[in-house]
Amino acid sequence: MTDLADLTIAEAGHGLRKGDFTSVDLLDAVDRRAAVTEAHLHAFLTMDHDGARAAAEAADAALAAGNDLGPLHGIPVALKDNMCTIGVDTTASSQILAGWKPPYDATVTARLKDAGAVIVGKTNLDEFAMGSSTENSAFGTTRNPWNTDTVPGGSSGGSAAAVAVGSAFGAFGSDTGGSIRQPAALTGTVGVKPTYGLVSRYGLIAFASSLDQIGPFARTVDDAAVLLEAVAGWDRRDATSINGPVPDLRGGLEEGVAGLRVGIVTELSGDGIDPQVLAATKGIADKLSDAGAEVIEVSVPASEFALSAYYLIAPAECSANLARFDGVRYGHRTTVEGTTEDMMSHSRAEGFGPEVIRRILLGTYALSAGYYDAFYGQAQKVRTLVRNDFAAAYERADVLISPTSPTTAFKVGERAADPIAMYYSDVCTVASNLSGDPAMSVPIGLDSGGLPIGFQVMAPALGEEMMFRVAAEVERLAGFEDRASLATSDVVVPS
Amino acid sequence: MKPGWEAVIGLETHVELNTKSKMFCSCPADIPDEPNTACCPVCLALPGALPVPNEKAIEGIVKIGLALNCEINQSSLFYRKNYFYPDLPKNYQISQYTFPVCEHGSVPVDVGDESVTVGITRVHMEEDTGKSTHVGEGGGRIHDADHTLLDFNRAGVPLVEIVTEPDIRSPEEARAYGAELQRIVLALGVSDAKLETGSMRFDANVSVRRIGDETLGTRSETKNVNSLRSLQRAVAYEIERQIQVLESGGSIHQETRHWNEDSGETTSMRTKEESEDYRYFQDPDLLPLDVSPEWRNAIASTIPELPAVQRARYVASGVDAKTAELLADTAALSSLFEEAVEAGAPGRAVGIWLTGDVVGHVRRDDGDLDAISLTAAHLVELASMVDGGKLSSSAAKEVLLAAVEGEGSPSEIAAARDLIQVSDSGAIEAAVDAVLAENQDAVEKIMAGDAKPIGFLMGQVMREMGGKADPNVVRELLHAKTNP
Repeated sequence: MTDLADLTIAEAGHGLRKGDFTSVDLLDAVDRRAAVTEAHLHAFLTMDHDGARAAAEAADAALAAGNDLGPLHGIPVALKDNMCTIGVDTTASSQILAGWKPPYDATVTARLKDAGAVIVGKTNLDEFAMGSSTENSAFGTTRNPWNTDTVPGGSSGGSAAAVAVGSAFGAFGSDTGGSIRQPAALTGTVGVKPTYGLVSRYGLIAFASSLDQIGPFARTVDDAAVLLEAVAGWDRRDATSINGPVPDLRGGLEEGVAGLRVGIVTELSGDGIDPQVLAATKGIADKLSDAGAEVIEVSVPASEFALSAYYLIAPAECSANLARFDGVRYGHRTTVEGTTEDMMSHSRAEGFGPEVIRRILLGTYALSAGYYDAFYGQAQKVRTLVRNDFAAAYERADVLISPTSPTTAFKVGERAADPIAMYYSDVCTVASNLSGDPAMSVPIGLDSGGLPIGFQVMAPALGEEMMFRVAAEVERLAGFEDRASLATSDVVVPS
Repeated sequence: MKPGWEAVIGLETHVELNTKSKMFCSCPADIPDEPNTACCPVCLALPGALPVPNEKAIEGIVKIGLALNCEINQSSLFYRKNYFYPDLPKNYQISQYTFPVCEHGSVPVDVGDESVTVGITRVHMEEDTGKSTHVGEGGGRIHDADHTLLDFNRAGVPLVEIVTEPDIRSPEEARAYGAELQRIVLALGVSDAKLETGSMRFDANVSVRRIGDETLGTRSETKNVNSLRSLQRAVAYEIERQIQVLESGGSIHQETRHWNEDSGETTSMRTKEESEDYRYFQDPDLLPLDVSPEWRNAIASTIPELPAVQRARYVASGVDAKTAELLADTAALSSLFEEAVEAGAPGRAVGIWLTGDVVGHVRRDDGDLDAISLTAAHLVELASMVDGGKLSSSAAKEVLLAAVEGEGSPSEIAAARDLIQVSDSGAIEAAVDAVLAENQDAVEKIMAGDAKPIGFLMGQVMREMGGKADPNVVRELLHAKTNP
């Protein structure tokens, strides 16, 4: 018999409404899964057992009373620990926020609750979402359920690992330079970075405000669509959120790719990409062609400079965004005695980890008088070029494709001492953050080491419907049925 | 100012807007006394909170910009001004840098009998900080304080900064500009513009140079000026201080100085070397602010008559410039004045009664001009009684003040106090004839060409009439009857 924790959201929703099981049963299933896997993974920082149980019971009662809140009703999901949850610890994996309980819900949190979802807990991340491996967490590294010697990617590694192993049916992460798509690729899950402004950032602890975007992790493209639809749409609390209709993401999933123009991005499909990843990507491109798409090569020249621009813009914004953590109103405060300035600087030095401090310093420098034009100003010009080049590329192609990550999952510790090598993990993903366009990763196979390979589908702004339509075809063509080894191990599946 | 020297002054003015809610959240902008009771995740800068601009505040700044003859940028940008201070919750202030809401304005200012035009460089939108109270040995200053109490009620209140060109040349001009700006802001109704509570505050940039010098001198910026009088004093002090330093061979440092009201001096707060690099960059949480021509015009149509126009109107109705200013600056008087003049009362007389007699009377008793019983109808009646010769000018003032005190209408008061003048020429003629008959020697002198005894005869007639004869009628009769 299938363990309930291995159902898709669609299957779970179907069973709930048929009366085969309850939301509490689903919660019990993911709890049992987590009870076994967490010792190996450390995907969660906080499990909200009481809150989740109450929510599951409420969901069951509502459904019994005929009050159906939609496809997420009664479904256990997880949130990256940089999204505010009222009364439940929200730390961004930083000592500076250890023990902080927000007095308010992020808009995403509130919308999930309104949709009847059961929030099981808060997942691990690189501190303040700065990293590509989840090794930069102040509360311990998360491991990859496909091979616990490897990283799950990052910064949303906890959410990716939880979905991959079945300790949540779906999860939300945030993507500033690839922090949803790269861990999705490394854990064999579907991960979506929506158009900038499609999902409210209110209550998301900011890393780089002009780049941050919340999106879902799921085991299928359809599940990802369900999760995204539940949280998308205008929010009066976020001045950058787009005031327009929520796209119908599920409607076109069966339409296929016949007649669509699919562009392989030249600059993201050559040097620096692992040959096995490249081969798998080309293999899917060929199948798309066989399925009736017109597959062409498209150049996005400025994407070569995107990574450099990203690593100036993101630190610059974070240097201001993280200024509020000063020990005055909340969070860690030093015990060192001295002046007000001493209090603030000691609190920050003690509370922030080394990668966060590195980026604050980088960003402060890039914005300083005399350096602004050469660094931040120049990076903004590159950003404009990236936007223009993508706009030109979308004149020739309906969607663009590339690998999601230059490599499959790497070993824990392998890149930890080399920031530049770690930054390179984002080489295929940052451009979409700079342009603000949507992009998602779909698992397409395993490398020779049994580690998942992710395939990236990119679309123009608010082109989510087209992006999901192509992603669904990629999913069918890839026929990726494998599950993370930890999810199928003897300790997890009772015989 | 010492001869041979010229002062160059520019003012930066902060005005807190009186919107219902704060600049970027829905907390009340009307600051409650109880600390930290008007705060939310946004204005406390809790993790994850985001700013959303207040439309009413934008309307307020556009009104100020239009009143100061500024161009309104159709698209303006919010920036982050980065500096660490405990009462600045985000440790950056949302402000503007390039492309403020308003630019390139000017305002005419009357200084004595002259009018000067002060250029407005920019008017930009920002948010206020919280308040720090330093407790301990430091006497309220952060240095040597034992601990600091923070109140974030004010954090995020909409703040407009108005920056002038360096067009001001004297402490008197600085004060006149400050007063005119305050009047304009009050007339617009966008702020209570109180210097004593800090809802309006001035920073003065002052430099001096020898007359004829082309280049500007090094400037100082003086803060903590909290009345128009101290603005004038602080600027005057800075001018004299800088001239003295330069004449004794010293040099001026670019620095921020603190005005001390009690000692009447400015002292150095920090020099330019210690000043911060604010690392301005466009705030990624906020989109460019669009003020469409339609919106701008809709806002423009709500702008009331501005003080300068109001004063010109008063002068046209017969009062002098000083009286016009006094009337226009006092709402209780200007409404009485306008209504009375509208109903036909002579502007000059009503202006003098209100700004002279009424103000003097009420001030003497520490009274409240808003609470007086005098009505415009009283003023109209009083003016017509004087015009008709029923009241002497001194009796009119007595009646006026009685009306202020609520004793009734002028005719009631005049009757009750027996102040009505007799202008019936029959009764007066009888008195004149009697007086002339008793003072033939005076009559002869007059007829011989000596006009002096006319005054004596006037006095005799007035005494005969118990002081209630219309002096004009008496004078006319005396002249007629003593004319050779």
